[in-house]
Amino acid sequence: MTERLRSLTVVFLLLLGSASAVAQEPFITVASTTSTEESGLFGYLLPSFTKETGIEVRVVAVGTGQALKIGEHGDCDVVFVHDRPAELAFVEQGFGIDRHEVMYNDFILVGSKADPAHVDGSKDIVASLRKIADAKSPFVARGDDSGTSKAEMRLWEEAGIDPKTARGGWYRDTGSGMGQTLNTAAAMDGYTLSDRGTWLSFRNKQNLTIVVEGDRRLFNQYGVMLVNPAKYPHVKQDLSLKFINWLTSANGQEAIADYKIDGAQLFFPDAKGSPS
Amino acid sequence: MHDLLDALAAAWQLVLSGDPTLVAIVSLSLSISLTAVALASILGLPLGAALAVLRFPGRDAVTVVVNALMGLPPVVAGLFVYLMLSRSGPLGSLGLLFTPTAMVIAQVVLVTPIIAAVARQMLEDLWREYGELYILDGVGWVRTLYSLLWLGRFSVLTAVLAGLGRAAAEVGAILIVGGNIAGVTRTMTTAIALETSRGDLALALGLGIILLGLILAINSTAHVLRNSAKRAAAI
Repeated sequence: MTERLRSLTVVFLLLLGSASAVAQEPFITVASTTSTEESGLFGYLLPSFTKETGIEVRVVAVGTGQALKIGEHGDCDVVFVHDRPAELAFVEQGFGIDRHEVMYNDFILVGSKADPAHVDGSKDIVASLRKIADAKSPFVARGDDSGTSKAEMRLWEEAGIDPKTARGGWYRDTGSGMGQTLNTAAAMDGYTLSDRGTWLSFRNKQNLTIVVEGDRRLFNQYGVMLVNPAKYPHVKQDLSLKFINWLTSANGQEAIADYKIDGAQLFFPDAKGSPS
Repeated sequence: MHDLLDALAAAWQLVLSGDPTLVAIVSLSLSISLTAVALASILGLPLGAALAVLRFPGRDAVTVVVNALMGLPPVVAGLFVYLMLSRSGPLGSLGLLFTPTAMVIAQVVLVTPIIAAVARQMLEDLWREYGELYILDGVGWVRTLYSLLWLGRFSVLTAVLAGLGRAAAEVGAILIVGGNIAGVTRTMTTAIALETSRGDLALALGLGIILLGLILAINSTAHVLRNSAKRAAAI
């Protein structure tokens, strides 16, 4: 009987082992945001990098807050996100090194064509948020600690409104990703703040349209950094630096600028030489 | 209505195109879920049989816990496995996070209680009928569990299929421990979640229809095999 148990154990281990038998090319793991993945940028960018260097890039796309958390735990090699204050804190606390700015795009306020708060065409995002709050029009919020969510909270603060304590139930905190939030906004004809990349590639727009854009406060900077190898020795420093250097190189920057949906450019490269 | 028709068309086109990405996603889904169910059966079936047969202190407590774990939310199972496998967790040095192996482990955690609980229920009835024979013969307990499982193999299959249903349909746990990495840990269910958030509802539902078709095919095969085996056993 013990023999049967032993053979059963062997089968067990073989089965568990078989699941991990994937081809082992050199690869790095990048924790990034849903906006870079869902907008299709990575699908466009990464094959060129892999072709040039032979390094596979595995992207885990989550909100900026969660991506930084994955980096803090040492579960990725590179973090590529969009929340400057949180990124600087990440470096400050010793979790990341070698931070570079890579590209930017902008946030836009999206709303239904009916525009119940009459904000369409405005260039002043803060005044528009005040109008939405006054009209108690439905506003669908990410509420997930992502870069977009934090940018939205900063704008509300500037408007002098704390939507989370506001009465009337017009502020709907969904705790979900950008695409999911847009799905919800489309279903309830609500306003929401989105990054332009996700919006352009989003396929379920229904009645939604861009109502506010072009305010300089809607600027959205993306940064890339290496998870600190002094803290986590398993971090693949050499391969990761190749990736970071490529993103900020002329080739990488050009590839970012080349990515378009229906002729519209999604991200604008702005890498500078030295790390911040 | 329009969206539903689009979804059907999308599913049909995907199947016809034989898209290599789709084939890779489907085979990864199947290999993860089938491996997880095989492992969970090795753990869960003997556990279920033991709970049906053996009398030991705390047996009721274990039974209640196993039954309760059937309702374990996948996200919680995923989070637990994530924290175990994270570089800052106890098993971090294995470097298993964001690999298919991590996804198998998470699904084993989810599926084992289901297989154990359903098997226990079915085998308990069988034991009531035939138990005395084993006791009179003075057969050892390992032998007893084994022959009871064999005797009840057709009903035990239901437990395994229930486990497979959970594994194949589950998205919360594998999303957390696998990371939905294209070409590495993207399965049917995580791809459906991704397409939904991209707003491509037709493609998402199309993938869902294909997944449903696969589960249906597996269940039909099991049904046919069971019937023919039953007939053969009767002769």
